[in-house]
Amino acid sequence: MRIMPWHQSNWDARAAGNFIGGGSGTGLLIFAALVALLNGSPADYRWQAVVALIFIAAGLLCVLAEIGRPFRALNVFLHPQTSWMTREAMVAPLLFGSGAIAAWQNGGTFSAIAALFALGYLYCQARMLAAAKGIPAWREPKLIPLLISTGLVEGAGLATLLAALSSGVAPRWLAGALLAALILRRLSWKMYHAALEQQGAPKQTLEVLARFGVRFSTYGQSIPEMLIVAALFIGSELVWLLPLAGAAAAFSGWALKFTIVARAAYNQGYALPVLPIRGQGQPIPGVKPGWSK
Amino acid sequence: MTRYIMTADLRRCIGCQTCTAACRQTNATPPGVQWRQVLDIESGEFPDVHRSFVPVGCQHCGDPPCLHVCPTTATYQRDDGLVEVDYDKCIGCGYCAVACPYQARHITHRVAFAYGGEPMASESARFDARRMSVATKCTFCMDRIDAARENGQTPGVDPEVTPACVNSCIAGVLSFGDREDPNSNVSQLLSATQHFRMHEELGTDPGFYYIWDKK
Repeated sequence: MRIMPWHQSNWDARAAGNFIGGGSGTGLLIFAALVALLNGSPADYRWQAVVALIFIAAGLLCVLAEIGRPFRALNVFLHPQTSWMTREAMVAPLLFGSGAIAAWQNGGTFSAIAALFALGYLYCQARMLAAAKGIPAWREPKLIPLLISTGLVEGAGLATLLAALSSGVAPRWLAGALLAALILRRLSWKMYHAALEQQGAPKQTLEVLARFGVRFSTYGQSIPEMLIVAALFIGSELVWLLPLAGAAAAFSGWALKFTIVARAAYNQGYALPVLPIRGQGQPIPGVKPGWSK
Repeated sequence: MTRYIMTADLRRCIGCQTCTAACRQTNATPPGVQWRQVLDIESGEFPDVHRSFVPVGCQHCGDPPCLHVCPTTATYQRDDGLVEVDYDKCIGCGYCAVACPYQARHITHRVAFAYGGEPMASESARFDARRMSVATKCTFCMDRIDAARENGQTPGVDPEVTPACVNSCIAGVLSFGDREDPNSNVSQLLSATQHFRMHEELGTDPGFYYIWDKK
């Protein structure tokens, strides 16, 4: 009989895949629209939008592979009053519709509309995880800005990578936006981790996050940040570093979400605020096994 | 209004697991799935050590997180406070399972029986395919509560309409009744004792009270 928190077994790598695909896809759709609107390069937009929609669709296919009764999947639309999963599902057709039209038109007004729906979808995903009260690592409200910021980092990173692949070099402002998003994600991560430590969490959750945090801060944050700074401020001959920075930023975001969803998701466990008194005994302090505080 | 709750007098529980067995027998849950469990918690340091037995399961929360997150409305709350699952609506997404801070929800994807692949006659007779790959949990023996409405009996007083775990308890640990009725057994019990609810700080308004001392 387990008493201490143990790792939840209901959402695994397939669920993480939804957050990875959804976050990267929506982030890319947002930055592809910005590139199209600011740089006027519709050829780039079309294939970036297609890649973004493939990411989001792959995430949804992961969900379909995870649920027990996939043939009833349409029931997911029945509870928009309170369920962020329903809300995510309701935004999805609007996102795919507007994204497909925008891709077909090589940008234009629909690229902005698709970007807005993408932002909504990303927000729903962040709220969805935070609504899972049974998992301390997820219900922390500071996870919401972390998931949104990493979605933007992944989108900007992929946009930088794809722009370099298609036209040789990413716009300077896009690299600057990626740097800003990385800084935002660094702050969000610190606040999220600090909040968990301050309020208390399952010890194993904190251990997983601490181990991951060292690698994440180095390879997922510091290195891409330094690559961007080098490319932007040292010399134009270093612009080839930008796609590397974009790839590192995106990949680290995937690792972050995989870790939070499939590695650090220890449940609440059980606790007694006070122990039962038998006979003439005195009140005995309670127990909360497996928790940091 | 009615709000059915359960109480567990932790001073009395001896961890015999009779309630667990009664629940499994009544609800025909598959191996590994126990809607009612009794935790055996050892705490303290020698020589000041303690052992507590704690029945757990769905707390039929007043503000159930599983209900809010459910995308299909398969999880619903009745007027009498019971939180239930419509097996025909559930898609088995597991969102309720990760939203429940009491680890009370179970999803079984493979058909399993007590003695391997072949069911015993009793298992065969009571196998419910609707429960496969959807969320299941303690129902507070909902069918008995419904029967009480029809025949005028009182859950928690009349054994025929009282949850199986409560009926089976050999030490009088578990009680069941309407918290909104000041004369009910559980209201009387709670007014005479000190009690807590597990993880109450999460704002779930659980319907399961743990009695730990007299007043």
